[in-house]
Amino acid sequence: MADTALSVPRRSPLAGAAGGLAAATRSSGGAVRLAELPFLAQVNVRLDAKGAAADAVGLALGLSLPLEPNTVVRAGELRALWLGPDEWLVVGPPDTQRDVEDRIRAASGDEHVAVTDVSAQRTTLLVSGARARDLLAHGCPLDLHPRAFGAGRCAQTTVARTQVVLVARDEPGAGFWVLVRSSFAGYLTDWLLDAAAEYMRGD
Amino acid sequence: MLLIPCPWCGPRDEAEFHYGGQAHVAYPENQADLTDEEWARYLFFRANPKGPFAERWSHAAGCRRWFNAVRDTSTNEILTVYRSGEQRPATYEPRQAKSARPAFEDEALSGPTGVQGAEPPGNGTGRGGGGESHPYRHPTHGRIHRDTPLTFTFDGTEYTGYKGDTLASALLANGIIQTGTSIKLGRPRGIFTAGVEEPNAVIQIEAPFPEPMLPATTIELYDGLVATSLPGQGRLATDPDPARYDAVHAHCDLLVVGAGPAGLAAAAAAARTGARVILADDRPELGGSLLDTAQLQDWVTELSEELTTTPDVRVLPRTTVFGHYDDNHLLAVERRTNHLGAAAPTHVSRERVWRIRARRVVLATGAHERSLAFADNDRPGVMLAASARAYVNRHGVLPGRQAVVFTTNDSAYAAALDLARAGIHIAAIVDTRPSGNEPTEWARRAREAGIEVLTGHAVVATEGTPRLTAVTVAPYAETTGTTRHFATDLLLVSGGWNPVAHLFSQAGGKLRYDDTLGSFVPDSCRQAVEVAGSANGALDLAEALAQGAAAGTRAIEAEGYTAEAPNLPQLPTEPAPTPAMQVFLVPSTTDAPRFVDLQRDVTVSDLTRATTAGLNSVEHTKRYTTAGTANDQGKTSGVLASGVVAELLGVDISDLGTTTFRPPYTPVSFATLAGRDRGALHDPIRTTALHDWHVMQGALFENVGQWKRPWYYPQDGEDMETAVLRECAAAREGVAFMDGSTLGKIDVQGPDAPVFLDRLYTNMMSNLKVGMIRYGVMCRPDGMVFDDGTAIRLAPDRYLVTTTTGNAAAVLDWMEEWHQTEWPELRVHCASVTEQWATVALVGPRSREVLGSLAPQLAVGNDDFPFMAWRDTTVAGIEARVCRISFSGELAYEINVSPWEALALWEALYEAGAPFGITPYGTETMHVLRAEKGYPIIGQDTDGTVTPQDLGMSWAVSKKKPDFIGKRSYARADAVRPDRKHLVGLLPDDPAAFLPEGTQLIADSVLPAPPVPMLGHVTSSYRSAALGRTFALALIKGGRDRIGERLYAPVGDQLIPVTVASPVLYDPEGARRDG
Repeated sequence: MADTALSVPRRSPLAGAAGGLAAATRSSGGAVRLAELPFLAQVNVRLDAKGAAADAVGLALGLSLPLEPNTVVRAGELRALWLGPDEWLVVGPPDTQRDVEDRIRAASGDEHVAVTDVSAQRTTLLVSGARARDLLAHGCPLDLHPRAFGAGRCAQTTVARTQVVLVARDEPGAGFWVLVRSSFAGYLTDWLLDAAAEYMRGD
Repeated sequence: MLLIPCPWCGPRDEAEFHYGGQAHVAYPENQADLTDEEWARYLFFRANPKGPFAERWSHAAGCRRWFNAVRDTSTNEILTVYRSGEQRPATYEPRQAKSARPAFEDEALSGPTGVQGAEPPGNGTGRGGGGESHPYRHPTHGRIHRDTPLTFTFDGTEYTGYKGDTLASALLANGIIQTGTSIKLGRPRGIFTAGVEEPNAVIQIEAPFPEPMLPATTIELYDGLVATSLPGQGRLATDPDPARYDAVHAHCDLLVVGAGPAGLAAAAAAARTGARVILADDRPELGGSLLDTAQLQDWVTELSEELTTTPDVRVLPRTTVFGHYDDNHLLAVERRTNHLGAAAPTHVSRERVWRIRARRVVLATGAHERSLAFADNDRPGVMLAASARAYVNRHGVLPGRQAVVFTTNDSAYAAALDLARAGIHIAAIVDTRPSGNEPTEWARRAREAGIEVLTGHAVVATEGTPRLTAVTVAPYAETTGTTRHFATDLLLVSGGWNPVAHLFSQAGGKLRYDDTLGSFVPDSCRQAVEVAGSANGALDLAEALAQGAAAGTRAIEAEGYTAEAPNLPQLPTEPAPTPAMQVFLVPSTTDAPRFVDLQRDVTVSDLTRATTAGLNSVEHTKRYTTAGTANDQGKTSGVLASGVVAELLGVDISDLGTTTFRPPYTPVSFATLAGRDRGALHDPIRTTALHDWHVMQGALFENVGQWKRPWYYPQDGEDMETAVLRECAAAREGVAFMDGSTLGKIDVQGPDAPVFLDRLYTNMMSNLKVGMIRYGVMCRPDGMVFDDGTAIRLAPDRYLVTTTTGNAAAVLDWMEEWHQTEWPELRVHCASVTEQWATVALVGPRSREVLGSLAPQLAVGNDDFPFMAWRDTTVAGIEARVCRISFSGELAYEINVSPWEALALWEALYEAGAPFGITPYGTETMHVLRAEKGYPIIGQDTDGTVTPQDLGMSWAVSKKKPDFIGKRSYARADAVRPDRKHLVGLLPDDPAAFLPEGTQLIADSVLPAPPVPMLGHVTSSYRSAALGRTFALALIKGGRDRIGERLYAPVGDQLIPVTVASPVLYDPEGARRDG
């Protein structure tokens, strides 16, 4: 659902780190899998959860905005992450941000709904594999045990010394999404690759 | 670290929150009517009560919501939280102190108890035969691996030991007991204990990596270990430590600290219930004191195997829990690879810090035996009784050939019997207790083993240099009799037991004196922590097991799990205990020193000097004598010192108390604490989408906040001065470009966005037209400048505002704070879009031509695209928002594009600008250009005491708006003083003279006598290509009224004459702005 034909090459924040992430994945024998998921559509939505617009926006997106703090609602390729009592991050496939933004605006009616395209504000790191939880636990103070942070949960918290939005993906064994501010992405990648050293086979 | 319950997100670490000060301080409605004093009261005065205090917090790293909390300022406990706008709850449950050992009476097992030394040590569990090469090795005793011999070097001599040895046990096996000399007196000192409490055998590791001051009693022996003895003080390595250290967070329902009898019982009760349990112990094997006493070995083995394989139970051997902080946050250090010596893999961390958040904690940390203060009690060969027993049972090592045992309690009898069975000749047990109070059954067993028991006696002198050769025993207290002399190479001492209450005390627990035990035991604590076993004063094994099991059960049941009856061992019948005698000080007939703190060489005489000097608390005598301040932190000497001081002062020890226990429980190296937070990972580095280009072009970088910004781009070996002059000239005469992506950007949306920004900025934003841009200044309520930037109006209900690079997060927090806490009725929302946009500043008289060539559909003429306007267009085929903003006074554009396409834009500009000599420039050139125009940098030319008026920006302070943050403060008497410091320019008389930033300014050409009246200081200073000279900006008292005056700047020994000028030194007419 590309908005415009792309005439110039796009470069994601971690374009230069792709090789390092792939090498770590290989070297760990699948214990950790690391990759950037670049260019995901991300739209920040602010509205009154009790107002009529909440339902209308949910209808327009085909999912109901989660009201339980720190949870994710998914419908197809679209996810809505709870960020605050009146704030959500809608995440979709690349190049859908304008469509998502338009649908939300159209559904808002006369209510005050703030919609901001933040697709480039953060990039997404996939952290999965059998040791994904252990890897993140090196820098994340949150309890990531499946009982405490199971599939469908998300949280704004810190990993190492940077803020992230952490998502426990609901597909089995799918690991975590770590959404990180683009300017911090290089640092966080360096940090993750360093922390993963122990999960590498010494070869 | 506190666990703060966010009303939305639930409990999170304190580090995710920002503190916001006192709650419910209303923003005054009628500010104009307030006196200066009343306004100052609002600005500067807040309550500071002891006890519950309502305050504001923001979940800054989480949902970014502001909320209120009631915190008890005396206990630092958060009592309740409630959402912003809600009333403070009238009542809340204060946290109560709970007993360290609730319902103790219910737990005592029926039947006879007490098993110390009950089981014969038998043949031990040591493997293989051998031991022939170790003169002091028992042929069969111990848990060492005789099939794995290890070679090590101590003080230049090569020895062998076995896997399972500590350095201390291997030395003892080789007949070495002296491990150094004492720090002050240089007296020979030997191995005194078998554990972390060791005061004497503190050695230096030389290889593989130098480490100072490690207790030989805790170093697991490995092949190739090289160590040397120390004169009480070690040497730090001069090379960086090459090993890897890391950290990990862990969470559990129950943390059990210590895997001795009580800890194992607690873990057994909690395991297999579904509860998440962590069991940490500082030794390589589980078992704790049971390994030292060789009791219940089968139970230990069986349970260890069970625990290590139970899901949700994490067993951490070699792990010392060293700190117990708020809300059951505990830090532990795991020694992971050190025991492998050279075989340690390099990709595995050598040590790991565990940051554990536990719902419940059971402390089963055991007890340390303490010594007695008798004459010459420090000779090598004097050892704590239970430690000698541990060497025999754990390591199959005989610490000597013949021994005298000196005790005040029962426990040393079991030690003596174990040692006798292992073949050490025990000449006598010297018990201070008179014959009426002797432990009948123990004494009978001892005599049966051929040991003489001397009740009512004490050791009063020792001989031998360096090693002990003889002791003198004399009647003690009321007893009469003759003095005896024993030839012996070992004196085993037991002055009683000190519960290891360190963690409990760190957790905020209170201790009380236990008369029976003669020591301080845990009493009550406000955290969810229980103490079990000898840490709780339960020296009896059966009682320790029962306490541990009950504590483990209670803990997990409180967390909603159902406990099963744990697998506890059967215990044989034991002699009934006889009360111990409280002895600290043993009288001496000579002036031989009686040591209290061996590691600090503190004697009874030293403590006497302290008390006679008038010091009457242990905290004072500790500081006066340094007793208890060495790196063993007085584990064997602390209570002894308290006892001696109490006796010297003639007061009861229970009134005297103990010194404060502080983390860490045992020393932790800085390298371990630093973990991976070193080098490049020490602090985040923020980069823009163009960072790689700057690096390839050889830019040098400047740190601005966490950002790396190009500072300047030296060419062909240019120095900074030359490069910056070249970059400045390009911007003023041709065209130059800069990466401005680091500027903070905030999207402000909603019908009330105009009124919201009118309240936040000092100038008017509501009347800005769509399509236009305005510079704005943001101040604190005290009127001082906090940030500046631009606001561009995207739509009637939408603005994009920019902030300074370093202040972006603070400005967004500021906006959220006012919106959420003061103006929740405003329909407006803010979102950070700093990284959503990459920004390129295109500057210089030729910039219009460069832009025009890449944006053919954009009308770039001055009339079509005026100053402070913005246009959406495409530049080089890339969707772009172009703003006509200038921070240099030149014709300039800021081109905003998606960072995904920033490199394409940048390279297109570089190519299109090549015919005009386009030059990339960095922050230094940006600073020079703006300073030539007198534009201040917030945070460099201001310091939180500067108003917009001080900066000469009265024009940016609205006279029309009814209110905005800071308005009332501009009417304060202080804000209108004529001698406020103003931002002005300075021109040194010598155009080559450079004034360092921070230089003070004075009025006189001769430096007067101090105090020298200072008029102000230089805030920015540069060499200007455009002016052909140096210049500076400065904050000067009454500066605008001094323009043209001569002032003097003391630089080194010189007074440099300067002339005060307008801050706008370049193009004051603004002729260059439109090209």
